[in-house]
Amino acid sequence: MRVTSEAEQASLMSGATIPPPPPYREAVGGGLAAASHWEGLMGEVRAMGPQELSRRFESARRIIQEQGVTYNVYGDSLGMERPWELDPLPMLLSAPEWAGIERGLIQRATLLNRLLADCYGPQKLIHSGALPPALLFAQSDFLRAVHGIQPASGVFLNCYAADIARSPEGRWWVLSDRTQIPTGAGYTLANRLVTARVLPEAFRENRVHRLAGFFRQFRATLAGTCARPGAGGEPRVVVLTPGPYNETYFEQAYLARYLGYSLVEGQDLTVHNRRVYLKTLSGLEPVDVILRRVDDAFCDPLELRNDSILGVPGLTEALRAGNVSVANALGSGIVQSPAFRPFLPSLCRSVLGEDLLLPSLATWWCGQESAQRTVLSNMEALDVYPAFGGGVRKPATQAEMREAIAFAPHRWVAQERMRFSVAPCWEKDGFVEKPVVLRVFLLGTPDGYIVMPGALTRAGVGTGASGISMQDGSTSKDTWVLSEQPVEEVTLLQSAESRMELRRVGNNLPSRLADNFFWLGRYTERMDAAARTLRAALLRFSPETGGSELEQLRPLLRTLEAQDQIPPGSSAQDRSVEALEGDFMEALYSQVPARAGSLRNLAAKVVRLAMLVRDRTSNDLWRALSQLEDSVANEMTSWSAGEAIGLLNRVLLLSASFKGIVRENMTRAQGWRFLDMGQRIERALSLCTFLRETLVSAQAGHPSLLESVLEMADSTITYRSRYNLLPNLMAVYDLVLLDDTNPRSLLFQLEQLEKHLERLPRRGAGTGGLVAPDQRLLIQMLNATRLLDAQELGLNSAGLERSETAKLLQLVLTLLPQLSEILAVTYFEHSNISRTHA
Amino acid sequence: MDYQLIHKTVYHYSEPVTVSQHAARLEPLQDARQVALGFNLRVEPLPDVVSTRTDYFGNRTTVFGIRELHKELVVESSSRVSVSRFTPPVPGLSAGWREVAGMFRDPVSPQNTGPYEFCLDSPMVRIAPMYAHWAKRSFGAETPLLAGVVDLMERLHCEFEFDPVATEVATPLEAVWKERRGVCQDFAHVALACLRSLGLPARYVSGYLRTVPPPGQARMQGADASHAWFSVFCPANGWVDFDPTNNLIPSDGHITVAVGRDYSDVSPLCGILTGGGEHTVSVAVDVIPLG
Repeated sequence: MRVTSEAEQASLMSGATIPPPPPYREAVGGGLAAASHWEGLMGEVRAMGPQELSRRFESARRIIQEQGVTYNVYGDSLGMERPWELDPLPMLLSAPEWAGIERGLIQRATLLNRLLADCYGPQKLIHSGALPPALLFAQSDFLRAVHGIQPASGVFLNCYAADIARSPEGRWWVLSDRTQIPTGAGYTLANRLVTARVLPEAFRENRVHRLAGFFRQFRATLAGTCARPGAGGEPRVVVLTPGPYNETYFEQAYLARYLGYSLVEGQDLTVHNRRVYLKTLSGLEPVDVILRRVDDAFCDPLELRNDSILGVPGLTEALRAGNVSVANALGSGIVQSPAFRPFLPSLCRSVLGEDLLLPSLATWWCGQESAQRTVLSNMEALDVYPAFGGGVRKPATQAEMREAIAFAPHRWVAQERMRFSVAPCWEKDGFVEKPVVLRVFLLGTPDGYIVMPGALTRAGVGTGASGISMQDGSTSKDTWVLSEQPVEEVTLLQSAESRMELRRVGNNLPSRLADNFFWLGRYTERMDAAARTLRAALLRFSPETGGSELEQLRPLLRTLEAQDQIPPGSSAQDRSVEALEGDFMEALYSQVPARAGSLRNLAAKVVRLAMLVRDRTSNDLWRALSQLEDSVANEMTSWSAGEAIGLLNRVLLLSASFKGIVRENMTRAQGWRFLDMGQRIERALSLCTFLRETLVSAQAGHPSLLESVLEMADSTITYRSRYNLLPNLMAVYDLVLLDDTNPRSLLFQLEQLEKHLERLPRRGAGTGGLVAPDQRLLIQMLNATRLLDAQELGLNSAGLERSETAKLLQLVLTLLPQLSEILAVTYFEHSNISRTHA
Repeated sequence: MDYQLIHKTVYHYSEPVTVSQHAARLEPLQDARQVALGFNLRVEPLPDVVSTRTDYFGNRTTVFGIRELHKELVVESSSRVSVSRFTPPVPGLSAGWREVAGMFRDPVSPQNTGPYEFCLDSPMVRIAPMYAHWAKRSFGAETPLLAGVVDLMERLHCEFEFDPVATEVATPLEAVWKERRGVCQDFAHVALACLRSLGLPARYVSGYLRTVPPPGQARMQGADASHAWFSVFCPANGWVDFDPTNNLIPSDGHITVAVGRDYSDVSPLCGILTGGGEHTVSVAVDVIPLG
């Protein structure tokens, strides 16, 4: 099972070096394999010429950006999300060659599934001595709590992926197995959509196997694993994600959307009576199948690792009761340990009665004495790494490595290095050949394993067992498996549509998402108000400001204080101009928590919330919001009011485009409803806060201050079109508070909220003709607003702060936060997970 | 000796708990030296479902969930158990420790795979050369296994200080090792790390001590709560228990509840809650000899 020739083995042992053989060239062939299947594609791309190719490949880059295909890189200071790297020139595989790979991987998946069934069942392989017990018992991922649980479908390994590469003599070898959470199928799909769009002629003429059929099977198979068939209706399948900070979050959201499943986090699910439920706005909905992207040990904090909150407490018990199925089965990660590889040939013979078809890259498990000796005497030529993960760190020096192996040999494996084959890639304006590794995906159906006719090819640098990782900046490729017969003409998108039943409402929104939408609405509006207040203040502020002008500025400053934009005390009479300029800088750029209302802090909050609802919103929405953070990222070196106003205008423009996209492009579903409620509540609060400050000012009726009220409420043009004179106290307050045709008025916000509250799903209070507590509060505010007559401001003799208008403002500022709190308690109960021990 | 056991745990939460899930390992183990005569678990508020099974290590485990708003949780187990007296083997006559460790090096014979599972790393106990180094002072080249363990237990008892406030459930073993202090759980973990680092199978035992000592004897450390000790596999005798907190080989004054690789396998009661805020817990254990 060694890759190397006998001569090389001899040299490996003697320590002499001979030059490594040249890599196999995919597009040239030689030795065991021919490359005639590349002729069509290469002929076509050459005929296009470098300019046309550059143009097309540039468009590929744009499509990736537009679709928001990304990959998260841990610890990347340049922002976490990176655009997905795709070289649009595909990797090609001929039909006969593919048939060999397919046979080999089906056998391997079948074997690994049988190993899992034995390890989590009778453990006969250990009792018979076929499998060294350490391979199971030393693994932290061997979950004792799920031992004995049989999946309803009998399949432990529902999804399997293998990384394969070709050696210099043209043979395929398995570098590694992915049995826990095989990632990449979604990226493969994304790559196909882009590549087929960029090279449509070549795609048609080369008889490329389509991927759609595999994904259709995927849906059917997952539905088939449902532990309680015949429970009525289609089984509810969810994709369990660790969250938006996971490296492959994009793929999880993409696959969930493509397959029509809800993407959920652990806290969206709850176990009740040994059954798993999704917490939605309308209550608990049963879940039948969980396609998980959360690691084995993190799936149930009650019975597995208890230092994680990614999972679902009680999931193991629900599995035991047979009420839910999880793909892949919990604990399936054990057989991807490289320590299994040296034993696969003999296990294959004893379990399946067959010879292993596809060899693994030569691997030694140091737990065996002879293997340990080989490794210790060939350390330079081999890659040594932990056999089981589980927090074992690789020592820095070879001497320490030797000691570590001697102390606990079973913790280590060593793997031979191999020179991977090279395939043509497009770089700048020419072809270069780069090493390639293919990830191939399999699906365990009731009738055995099937292989996705395609693969995720990664091209870059690499020779070791770790293959080529997208973490270190290599590129990916679509993989075309060529057919000898014409292929069924079916595009992915059509197939996605043809199996859809028509629906007017989406699945019930998980309450965590409703929460995030609500706060996204509140924070975007809060940022809008903050920018408006600050802009109004800057427009009225100049180094020469003084006397009565300062008096007109003061309500704005006090509002900025109330918004936590500037430090308390900034509105004081004796504040110097320099000190105020410093305050304004803080209002823009401060990152300290005390300045929670600074533009930069608000933008960060908005972007974080947008990230949490990303899989439910359009890419345009995301793009508008992510630009916000960029625009406040670069601080001014010294204060310039002009520059600051320019920045605020930019922010307000982005905020307007966000609102435009929300209004025009978001379906009027529950997500939109909570977003809009958040915006309405925040807008009403910001307006009332500012009006309260202006009403107590001695200059309340001054036209300049009233102008700023109109600016804050974005109602200047409306006012001018109606009154054609300098702002008047009563007319302005009527327009911004009581005019229900003005979309910025208080009454308008309250009326919109009333409509939303009527349409919320109700349980208990609020059903059967009863008025819910949130509705009660709203009615109180609506009535007070409708009954107010702005003329009273002119007739008021006791001072404006004791006017009915001031009382209304105070009422709204008291009741509206209460209403927000009631909504949170009623609809967002999901957080605050904690644990106890005794 | 027959015992009546009562183990009562009360949680008080500062905020209401909306949903909680718990796992309990409170029912005494049934084995060659121990006969369980009855067990009852009382939970308040009433759980929606209670399911009991025998876990991977042979312990009785109960899982329950509560979906009723509550600020106080009471879990009370009561059991009757009969424990037979144990005459410890003569330590000097046991097999040499190297010979025993050799049985658990690859290839491990299939009939030894059971104990072998307790030679390896576990969630809270990871082997390391520093433990082996310290343990070697008790294990000379020819030292019989049990003589070495007795010596190790004695040194542990002398060099580590019993300190009920120095550590908590989640304190890592490395910190206990450095500070040289802890509770029975930590003492047991240190012993496991030492023995496993020498390649010997050793497991964690949780259980109880009789509350009131026999006349003329001192009250033992750990008698008012659940207790923990360790057990070593000796080919001729099977698993032999050692209590490093009290420096003795348990006989019929120790009642075994559960065995596992470390605390995380046998935690008497753990829970995951939604809501709850801050919590306080009080535990009362009564172990009353009958007749």
